[in-house]
Amino acid sequence: MTIPAPEILALGCIVLPLLCGGLVALAGRYPDLRETITLATGILVFAFIVGIYVEVAQGARPQIFLAHFLPGIDFALEVEPLGLIFALVAGFLWPVTSLYAIGYMRAHRERNQTRFYACFALSIACAMGVAFAANLVTLFVFYELLTLATWPLVTHAGTPEAKRAGRLYLLILLSTSIVLQLLAIAWTWQAAGSVDFRLGGILQGRMSEGVAALVFCLFAFGIGKAALMPFHRWLPAAMVAPTPVSALLHAVAVVKAGVFTLLKVSVYIFGPGFLLASGGGRIIAFVAGFTIVVASVVAIYKDNLKARLAWSTISHLSYVILGAGLATVWGVAGAALHIVMHAFGKITLFFCAGAVLVATHRKRISELDGIGRKMPLTMGAFAIGSLCIIGLPPLGGMWSKWSLALATVDAEQWVLLAALLLSSMLSMAYLLAIPVRAFLYPAAAKEPKDASRSGEGPGESPAEAPIACLVAIGITSIGCVALFVFPDPLFDLIGQVVPLHR
Amino acid sequence: MSLPAGLEAQLPALQIVVPLMAALIAALLRHPRWAWWPATIAGFASCAIALLLAKSAARGEVTIYALGGWIAPFGIEYRIDALNALVLVIINFASLFALVHARRSVAAEIRPERIHWLYCAWMLCLTGLAGMTITGDAFNVFVFLEISSLASYILVASGPKRDALLASFRYLIPGSIGATFFLIGLGLLYMQTGTLNMADIAQRIGEGGTDRTIAAGALFVVIGIGVKAAIFPLHAWLPSAYEQAPSSVAAFLAGASTKVSLYVLMRFIFDIFGIDLAFGALDIDLLLMVLAIASVVAGSLVAVQQEEVKRLLAWSSIAQIGYMTLGMALGNPAGIAASALHLFNHALMKVALFLAIGNFVYRTGSSALGSLVGAGRGMPWTMAAFVVAGMSLVGVPLTAGFVSKWYLLAAALERDLWPIALLILVSSVVAAIYLWRVASAAYEPAPADSPAATIVEAPWTMLAPLLLLALANLWFGVDPSPVLRLAEQAAVQLSVPFESAEIIAPSPLSDTN
Amino acid sequence: MAENFLDAYPWWGSIVLLSIGLYVVMASRNYIKKVMGLSIFQTAVFIMYIQIGAMEGATAPIVDAHHSLYANPLTHVLILTAIVVGVATAALALALVVRIHAAWGSIEEDDIVRAAKREEAER
Repeated sequence: MTIPAPEILALGCIVLPLLCGGLVALAGRYPDLRETITLATGILVFAFIVGIYVEVAQGARPQIFLAHFLPGIDFALEVEPLGLIFALVAGFLWPVTSLYAIGYMRAHRERNQTRFYACFALSIACAMGVAFAANLVTLFVFYELLTLATWPLVTHAGTPEAKRAGRLYLLILLSTSIVLQLLAIAWTWQAAGSVDFRLGGILQGRMSEGVAALVFCLFAFGIGKAALMPFHRWLPAAMVAPTPVSALLHAVAVVKAGVFTLLKVSVYIFGPGFLLASGGGRIIAFVAGFTIVVASVVAIYKDNLKARLAWSTISHLSYVILGAGLATVWGVAGAALHIVMHAFGKITLFFCAGAVLVATHRKRISELDGIGRKMPLTMGAFAIGSLCIIGLPPLGGMWSKWSLALATVDAEQWVLLAALLLSSMLSMAYLLAIPVRAFLYPAAAKEPKDASRSGEGPGESPAEAPIACLVAIGITSIGCVALFVFPDPLFDLIGQVVPLHR
Repeated sequence: MSLPAGLEAQLPALQIVVPLMAALIAALLRHPRWAWWPATIAGFASCAIALLLAKSAARGEVTIYALGGWIAPFGIEYRIDALNALVLVIINFASLFALVHARRSVAAEIRPERIHWLYCAWMLCLTGLAGMTITGDAFNVFVFLEISSLASYILVASGPKRDALLASFRYLIPGSIGATFFLIGLGLLYMQTGTLNMADIAQRIGEGGTDRTIAAGALFVVIGIGVKAAIFPLHAWLPSAYEQAPSSVAAFLAGASTKVSLYVLMRFIFDIFGIDLAFGALDIDLLLMVLAIASVVAGSLVAVQQEEVKRLLAWSSIAQIGYMTLGMALGNPAGIAASALHLFNHALMKVALFLAIGNFVYRTGSSALGSLVGAGRGMPWTMAAFVVAGMSLVGVPLTAGFVSKWYLLAAALERDLWPIALLILVSSVVAAIYLWRVASAAYEPAPADSPAATIVEAPWTMLAPLLLLALANLWFGVDPSPVLRLAEQAAVQLSVPFESAEIIAPSPLSDTN
Repeated sequence: MAENFLDAYPWWGSIVLLSIGLYVVMASRNYIKKVMGLSIFQTAVFIMYIQIGAMEGATAPIVDAHHSLYANPLTHVLILTAIVVGVATAALALALVVRIHAAWGSIEEDDIVRAAKREEAER
């Protein structure tokens, strides 16, 4: 059997989810068929990405030209290592999340499931486009489409709260991207005469350092999906979405598309050396450090489980931004690694939160006392995910945190190092408290309000979540461990972008 | 397709004669339903003529047609280059799409015994607009300007409500003053140069230098045309005129009439006065830039507050006119190309938006935002087209609006005017907000007592032009090259002093690594 | 100075007319008066045009052995066109005023604005 050319595979990664979205919409009346299509496409897409990986790991850079868009700017794709890392993560977690969603959506008896699966597939197509875009304008197109494709998912519930969240979501993401990001892109185009991603950057020597610092700030704030303060409000609001959406999109695909874009801008548009010289990276690194600490503190005070996870996500996105802003070798490596590690850890946590919600209808952390005895697998996985996020061995999160810490030491930014360590401790406080309560505290007393709502039984005698959910949780928590043991493929890919002295 | 050589040579004249004849026939037919046919057939014919003219203009050729065989500067000549070929395409297609839509829409909105007069006025208006665009004689511009203006006062006055009469009167007064200002300006120019042929005036201004008479003439011309182009603060007539006109007519006027005035402005500034006089000695660029910014700001901010969708779209037009003026005021080839491109793209989106609202008015008789609630369910195609055209207006990538916005941005940044770039972007977010208000209202569930609850989709003759335009918005967003070619050609032809034919691309990046 | 001033009397005439016309259009609240103001305004421009073509001692542009100096005929032709346009505009405007009177019962701006406001309030 011959493997098709990587170019075709890369195109397939975008086209297949699109087709899948269409097919799902057509197959809406047969839930089993609909979900089989989703799962099968997911697995196929991941297989495609692995196929691309084989080529790219050997140094290939598949390029696909789609159309002439504007004069001098093509609509084109190019696979490079950072994009591949993002695609690998999103592509692997999509089928896993689909599996989870099947259990979750059915158990939760959500309405409009067809729209849900269709938009989900479209969002993945856009995320793949972001991953493989060959230039800023192509990336911008997919970035905007991703916002639009995920909007129906955020407002899925159709309640006034969901609509309000949807408005905020669109307003912040569209206005930041249109006003700041597009301005930055046009400025780049004007200065460099190109918007292509190139190793080493395209702006060096074509823009004064002061302007470059300003443009980098425009990028950093303009990429609203990266949730850098003060443009972070949409993320907690978007948590009204069903849990699989929060899990895949608002812990992995959408937010990571944001930080990934910024990483790409810093590596391929500015180039680490120029970014360092301009000082723009440092400004953003400090804003990121501020965001890291503040979001962690806010997370501690959130009693709603998903809200706490959302604030934790804001904090951890800024880890990546910090790495991208520092732009040292280890900064870039840490940022890229953290995209992966945090994805696995956070998706596990969201899966667990959803599983608890499905099984017990409980959303608040204060209601979770003693639940670990009834749902040991779920809460065990939660503990693993938490440790991964905090960055303790033997979990994948350790590598990224270690690299980022190294980066701050390299850059001699002790304040940022302190921010990182402080936030690690804070995350211990806000994350580990949950499994501790679940396993060690006595079970909560009966709550009449809760009992009346879930009269069918599971509220009072919580059992484990649906089997599909558990399998998904299992896969991602094993992933957290596996990434600790086998990080080499990732390091190899990153090594193609920045010189890692290992 | 090949035409007999004799006919092909007559195309510029036919561009005027065909709609003029149609106007006559429509008036003579005196029948509410038959009158539509000559207008539409003429519409198709003049679209074809415009395309043929544009085809040779895109190659960079300038077609010159001496009217009655009198050679310029003694006779009147028609002169078609890339810029006015593009404008001809815009107005003819805007008119055609609106005409196809009008058959049902107009019949529902105005009294049958007046319908044939409406089509007669419509064709006269098209004649006037095409004439303003095609002619190479400055005084001829005035004559055609008045033909189109008088016809459009009639068109506005034929609106269904009695407010339409007021709107028309309030359009007539500033419109006539503007036209007379234009006439004064022409008189002063003639006094000093002794000619009315555009190319001749340009040459003599170039040779003889400038004095106060010419300067005063230039300002009178700019202000006079500014009224017709509805540049802030001369825009007051526009919102109620568009609101009160019959829906199809509003679409036609929004797509065609202000565009032509902007074109005339461009022609006078860049071709006749020349950049040295207009921007160097007179600082018209500064004037236009300030007014353009004011148009964008005022138009956007007022549009957000409107409760009447047609009025909202009219205010949005004022903001968009600001964009086009801005491109002109930037004065660099990229800016001119952006302006020319936006003339086209704005026609695409605004005509679509007005037609969509026209469909809604056809079903419910109202265009208030409140009565639109829930219309998305009953009229899925209409509202989908509205959303697509709206996204284009906002400038979402892969729609036509993005391309012209990108050009305008690049033009502003090329001149290091980043606050203007920022303004363009912020105003497109404001556009997103006001269109969002309409779209989200349409997709709310309809209250049981509202007309939108039982609404059904518009007939296909009204739907077809709308959907075609929506598709065009997407098509030209992905592949803008046909229009781009004309727009860039126009920029090259207008701003001769610029040496490079390569428009927007700055020096390409050398192939390092 | 004074000579210059007086020499330019056709200019002054047309400028005064122009100002009067413009003032009437802007300030008058009666629609008929507005239209009349517009006509005066346009007429002022016609005068301006005609005197552009005029010249001391020149005669009508009919070739004749006794004369060698002719007035420029082109401006006259232009202004004939402009007069036609002006008449058409005035006619259309007056027709509109008639229709407005039929529909609103008044041709006074103030009355109509009041009526429109009342209508708005009822809705």
